[in-house]
Amino acid sequence: MIIRINGKAETIGKKEGLAALIADRGLCPDKIVVEHNLKIVDKADWPNITLSENDNIEIVSFVGGG
Amino acid sequence: MEDVLKIGNKAIRNRLFIGTGKFASYPAMKEAIEAAGSEVVTVALRRVGSGSKTDSILDHIPKGCVMAPNTSGARNAEEAVRIARLAKAAGCGNWVKIEVIKDTKYLLPDNLETLKATEILVKEGFVVLPYMSPDLSMARRLVEAGAAAVMPLGSPIGSNRGVKTRELVEIMVREIDAPVIVDAGLGKPSDACLCMELGCAAVLVNTAIAIAQDTAGMARAFSDAVKAGRLAYLSGLPASGEEASASSPLTGFLR
Repeated sequence: MIIRINGKAETIGKKEGLAALIADRGLCPDKIVVEHNLKIVDKADWPNITLSENDNIEIVSFVGGG
Repeated sequence: MEDVLKIGNKAIRNRLFIGTGKFASYPAMKEAIEAAGSEVVTVALRRVGSGSKTDSILDHIPKGCVMAPNTSGARNAEEAVRIARLAKAAGCGNWVKIEVIKDTKYLLPDNLETLKATEILVKEGFVVLPYMSPDLSMARRLVEAGAAAVMPLGSPIGSNRGVKTRELVEIMVREIDAPVIVDAGLGKPSDACLCMELGCAAVLVNTAIAIAQDTAGMARAFSDAVKAGRLAYLSGLPASGEEASASSPLTGFLR
């Protein structure tokens, strides 16, 4: 199925969960914040989120800025 | 008595806030923050690159620093609020520097959208520091809405043009009952010193430090300039006059 991750359409396996998606990308859970369809998802809830077609995921982290 | 700036529930002794953008590396950024002794730093929030395992800036912010994430990239209040909530969820405190910018040429802020975002975020418990075009009425509204300080620009972001808004900033310092922190455009330590002499509570500097040949040296220079300007302000700067006033006695000449 196709979902949008950080604005880009990507194909992922059916029934892939949010936690797996983040683990697959090798991201450090403590350094990122995740939004699922405009709702911020607490790290503890990542395993409970199953993704559906056309879902919108934003994964952000801090960078330098003024 | 110790000279302390209170913002939110923090007592800040170093009045040079440092922006963390544009540094050649995170270690260079850390070294500059430590050289200045700064206690407040700004950061930005961005999308994580695909498969990126890169170093996190969080590992390079000196311990004890207050982090003020900015909402750069926001073009309206709604986007600023969204970015602020994401930043808070990252677990680095409840400060936010609101930045709402539509204008890409001069990066001048949209004061009205900034006010709307301030109203929402104050209610959500954020310590809100709004970046703004210097305007007395808007500054009053921001403070009424609960902003912890106001951050008028000195000149456009990254321009290094200094305090082009000087007279408006002076009016804000006189009239606003909240810390006035000049943010943006300060290109030289003397610009920062001037802001402090005018009675500003603090300054935020990024580009001028981050792109200096010796970033730690420039950070220290800004920090010293801020301290000098602050001490001069507290000591009571004299009025200037048109004519001379002799420093040496005008009697008892050897003739």
